[in-house]
Amino acid sequence: MANTQAMCTSFKGELLTATHNFGTAPIRAASTADTFKAALYLASATINASTTVYTTTGEVTGTNYTAGGVTVTNSTAPTTSGTTGYWTPSASITYGSSGSPVTLSTAFDCVLIYNSSQSNKAVSVHTFGSQTITAGTFALTMPTNDATNALIRLA
Amino acid sequence: MITTTKGLMDESLLDKKEGVVDNDDEHTRWVEYWHEGELVHRSVHVHLKRNVFSEGVAAMIG
Repeated sequence: MANTQAMCTSFKGELLTATHNFGTAPIRAASTADTFKAALYLASATINASTTVYTTTGEVTGTNYTAGGVTVTNSTAPTTSGTTGYWTPSASITYGSSGSPVTLSTAFDCVLIYNSSQSNKAVSVHTFGSQTITAGTFALTMPTNDATNALIRLA
Repeated sequence: MITTTKGLMDESLLDKKEGVVDNDDEHTRWVEYWHEGELVHRSVHVHLKRNVFSEGVAAMIG
């Protein structure tokens, strides 16, 4: 046997469940999962790795779109496989429905996932081809939740 | 019936256009309905392929 330098795989998964806290905040009063939301941003906005918190600046506006976006369905806990910790929303992220269609007339190309339970702190930014919606729906379906394809991976 | 900017309309009254974009980042399907030259419905379905990835590194000591 030999020792091997590594970041422990269990730690990567536990980062996704806030098991470890190297700092002094926040104090987590609840043992339940936080609520995550998904907001859409205009193609002209500047949302990237430097984004620290949800902002209305550059967010889309339109019929039946509520500022802040929609709640992300999160019924699958983060997990690990191999040396990778990962998490994926457990359902598509959808804006609008047949009874409540959205109209987003200005081109958008980005969704920001953020933690609405923790002061709207940013989690991840995902881009796609520029789109508009007219009296319709916009759906983002998720990749396979595994160590290779999950939406968020710590490897 | 299709939801449109003019309310619910019978699909037979509309011109339908569809498209697909497939690349390394996404697989996207869109559908448009036009009425007398006017776009009255557009829906989009994006399947995200590209995830966000962060590498955890434990540095050597000494």
